[in-house]
Amino acid sequence: MVKPKYTKEEIISLLSVIPDPEIPVVNIYEMGMLHDVLIDESGYEIVLTPTYTGCPAMGIIEQDIKLTLAKQGIKPVKVKLVYDPAWTTDWMTEAAKEKLSRYGIAPPLHSSCTSDVFAHNVIPCPRCHSEDTVIISRFGATACKSLYQCNDCKEPFEYFKCH
Amino acid sequence: MNTITKQQALYKYSLRLGDNALIHSYRLSEWCSNAPILEEDLALTNFALDMIGRAQAILGYAGQLGDMEKTADDLAYRRGEREYYNNLIIEMPNGDFANTIARLLFVSVYEFYFFSELQNSSDPTLAAIAAKTLKEVKYHMAHARDWVLRLGDGTDESRSRMQAAVSALWMYTGELFETDEAAAILQDANIAVDMPPLKEKWNAIVRQILADAAIAIPADEYMQTGSSKGVHTEHLGHILSEMQYLQRTYPEAIW
Ligand SMILES: [Zn+2]
Repeated sequence: MVKPKYTKEEIISLLSVIPDPEIPVVNIYEMGMLHDVLIDESGYEIVLTPTYTGCPAMGIIEQDIKLTLAKQGIKPVKVKLVYDPAWTTDWMTEAAKEKLSRYGIAPPLHSSCTSDVFAHNVIPCPRCHSEDTVIISRFGATACKSLYQCNDCKEPFEYFKCH
Repeated sequence: MNTITKQQALYKYSLRLGDNALIHSYRLSEWCSNAPILEEDLALTNFALDMIGRAQAILGYAGQLGDMEKTADDLAYRRGEREYYNNLIIEMPNGDFANTIARLLFVSVYEFYFFSELQNSSDPTLAAIAAKTLKEVKYHMAHARDWVLRLGDGTDESRSRMQAAVSALWMYTGELFETDEAAAILQDANIAVDMPPLKEKWNAIVRQILADAAIAIPADEYMQTGSSKGVHTEHLGHILSEMQYLQRTYPEAIW
């Protein structure tokens, strides 16, 4: 039996540098995807919650985690995907939302924004903060975003859908 | 007296959920680069992506029941037509855009209520996948409704196409609410969803949307059936022959 050398906090801090492959200004920890780190004599288990069931970034993130820890000589490492509890955009930290906004992506509204499935929500422009915006396409370049345009500054922008 | 065990029932129930997601994903993917406008190309393929993820999760779960040790790929590529349990409406050809949207409306409203219930299932894996799926299905449903209203309330051409699609697919909607032996066994264990209340909710909302779109609601006459016994239309065979071609020609191929 070997005593694990690293604490959960140390592992999380190492993994916190891994960017979201699709939105590189935010990392997997502040996005709420890095759900837990379980440590026992048999090794380290990294628990991820997928943002979307079909999110193609999950495979890349898994590789990044293994690579990051291997570089530190940390082993054995297992990465596990869990659906329970279901990931929600409410897990994003305020810092992550702020980064998204500065990057030009409107951050998600609270997850209750789909409680009325057919409602159209007001999404403020991340550049000029105008609320006079219009949806151009409910779906965008990645599963998590919609496309909007601001009627004041005229700039198109992406919105990270609430989930 | 049951003819199958609870585990066999759970396997079949999961296959049906996984197959519906897999085959619907396949159909929507056929719109890739063929949709009428770029935004729809994005929307339909985004739905396809949600569904392929769902199929992977559910088939992956089904394959691990008991001591089967099958992967989601094994189940997708190595089952014949008679071992597929997706609903018939799912495998129907895309037809025109209105037809694809009519199916999306019928199926997404059904899935919205279905997964709203399944998230309370006593099977923790199915409940978790349902909670996740529900978030995605809400977007599918809102999108389908928008288009039904737009086409129904559009030109003579768009309304007649929307009407034709609804009329043609209506006879495939009854099957969504069928209960077979597997579902009955699982319902006793609080795993499966109780169908009759679901049908009522589905009817209320679908009829409201069609009325708002000025689309006539077809009469509930003969309803097609068969998929719970693995009996399909000729269309599923064509899907599988293309989808499974590589694994059948080069078994064990990986990349
Ligand atoms: Zn603006």
